[in-house]
Amino acid sequence: MVARKNETPANAVGRASSGKKLLKCFEDHRHVWVFMELERGNVHPVSIELLGEGRRLADKLGVQLAGVILGSSEGVGTKPAIEEAFAYGADVAYLVESPLLANYRNEPFTKALTDLVTTHKPEILLLGATTLGRDLAGAVATTLQTGLTADCTELDVDGDGSLAATRPTFGGSLLCTIYTLISRPQMATVRSRVMATPQRADKPIGRVIQHQLLMVEEEIVTKVFAFLCNSGSEQSDLANSDIVVGGGLGLGAVGNLQYLRNLATTIGGGVGCSRPLVQKGWMPADRQIGQSGHTIRPKLYIAAGISGAVQHRVGVEGADLIVAINLDQNAPIFDFAHIGVVACALEFLPALTDAFAKRMAPHNSIKVMDRGS
Amino acid sequence: MHIVVCIKQVPDSAQIRVHPVTNTIMRQGVPTIINPYDLFALEEALQVRDRYGGEVTVLTMGPPMAEQALRKALTHGADRAVLLTDRHFAGSDTLATSYALSHAVAKIGESYGAPDIVFTGKQTIDGDTAQVGPGIAKRLNLQQLTYVTKIVSIDPTSRELMVERHAESGTQMLKSTLPCLITVLEGVNAIRRGSLDDAFRAARSPVLKWGAADAGIGELTKCGLRGSPTVVKRVFAPGPRAEKAMQMDINDKTLAEVAADTVTAIFARQPVLERKLTSHGNR
Repeated sequence: MVARKNETPANAVGRASSGKKLLKCFEDHRHVWVFMELERGNVHPVSIELLGEGRRLADKLGVQLAGVILGSSEGVGTKPAIEEAFAYGADVAYLVESPLLANYRNEPFTKALTDLVTTHKPEILLLGATTLGRDLAGAVATTLQTGLTADCTELDVDGDGSLAATRPTFGGSLLCTIYTLISRPQMATVRSRVMATPQRADKPIGRVIQHQLLMVEEEIVTKVFAFLCNSGSEQSDLANSDIVVGGGLGLGAVGNLQYLRNLATTIGGGVGCSRPLVQKGWMPADRQIGQSGHTIRPKLYIAAGISGAVQHRVGVEGADLIVAINLDQNAPIFDFAHIGVVACALEFLPALTDAFAKRMAPHNSIKVMDRGS
Repeated sequence: MHIVVCIKQVPDSAQIRVHPVTNTIMRQGVPTIINPYDLFALEEALQVRDRYGGEVTVLTMGPPMAEQALRKALTHGADRAVLLTDRHFAGSDTLATSYALSHAVAKIGESYGAPDIVFTGKQTIDGDTAQVGPGIAKRLNLQQLTYVTKIVSIDPTSRELMVERHAESGTQMLKSTLPCLITVLEGVNAIRRGSLDDAFRAARSPVLKWGAADAGIGELTKCGLRGSPTVVKRVFAPGPRAEKAMQMDINDKTLAEVAADTVTAIFARQPVLERKLTSHGNR
């Protein structure tokens, strides 16, 4: 659920001129924190990306960067995560280790993170906009009664040292920059692959500040009964593909998705789509690219029949090369594509598939006729 | 079993356009719909009611016109509808919204029985934040179960339930207790149309309209603009890329020629990709 009616331009004007000042009790809040999300001991890539972004913000503010690690000592433990935090630029690591934090549950994680914030008073707290990060961030921000900006695509600090968090709004047609003026920390979530991965540096281990989780299992109502790992690579293949082919409403009918799949099969890419196709039931939700779907950073993204609302744009902007095929030469996608083809996607996709196959043919044995079916 | 479903009326974002010159939203003629994700939440609530009995109250916060969304929810089969509407709520961010909605849920509980489950969609399509659900759960001290894909079982006697929850790398099977707040992942169940009876009932049913005072909200400073810690400083349309897109020349050319030119242009900019595609077959 959402910012219910918080972001219409009319309201925006009102809120910007509301003249809010930071409450005195928050003036001693310092430092930038990044919540390190762990998946069975492994650091989620979004946390690494956030460390890079957090380092930049901390340097601008002239403060320290900290990684926050909540986990259990069982299995892989938290040591690799602490090392990763320092390797990607953290000065400090805050650590809460407890068997209660072995699997993600809202209650103990919210307790651990809010206690850390109350004790050490960060000014900025960043989390990945993952299912875990969003679940946790919403609960923590409400508990702390502070501002939280979801799914930011750009973060910066302005002249006053305030966090300027930019995110798509209004169905993705516009961007807005949001500030948290009266309270601390200033919280924001960022999706995976929106920010670039920073360089890993082999830095000596820094300062680890450890805290106890003041909670016992009996106090926690919700229990993890079982965890079933995703079997296939279905989920991740879009986010990690070098090549992605995406389709939009311009494809006209569900049967025409075959043209998209033929191209993807020929060049070995993943298939994705814009939101309307998911809403129409043409493709499953896990194929959706954009603000409320996957964010991708492939070497090549081919968008066929996609007009390119900001919502879609923020999901593909990290692609090295964007090729847009659209019949409407005024479609917004041509504002951010690198190569534009004004043509009917239905007619052009087969031609492009053949052209790729021909270029690849002399070097291997693909026959044009064999592709897809 | 009493179930409350929080829904939101949203503009059909697929049909929103930005004015090319003034960079303002062109709202004229853009239809409003129930947030699609909330429809999955409503359906899940109706299924629980069908299985375990009880009633479903739908709640929304918004301008008076949001009544339409509630009427629609009634035609889908909801039993009661509450519209939380007050000028004091204007400009609410997610924190202020969860404050107002949590009071309304509590008030619904006082009037019609404490809710066992509060449902919301996983997020809305206009704000996309997924923050209001957890906000309501925290404020009402409900167990927070987000991104639920399936309600496996509910035991009304022991007040325990088992749900499947979508996580980054798999599915969590969670055992929890009522009362709880569940945000529903899309595509769990097909959304029912509602019967003719539902349609007649919806037409006759009143939509309860509550202002801040009706919902028992005393602290107006926690509502709307004043109660929102976040401030929108700037709204803008994203600018075009500094470097203009290379438009493929299609004049006097066959599609095959344009396609060949396009591949050449792609490989010229991505030589690594060309090496990969041409040396390792089609994978």
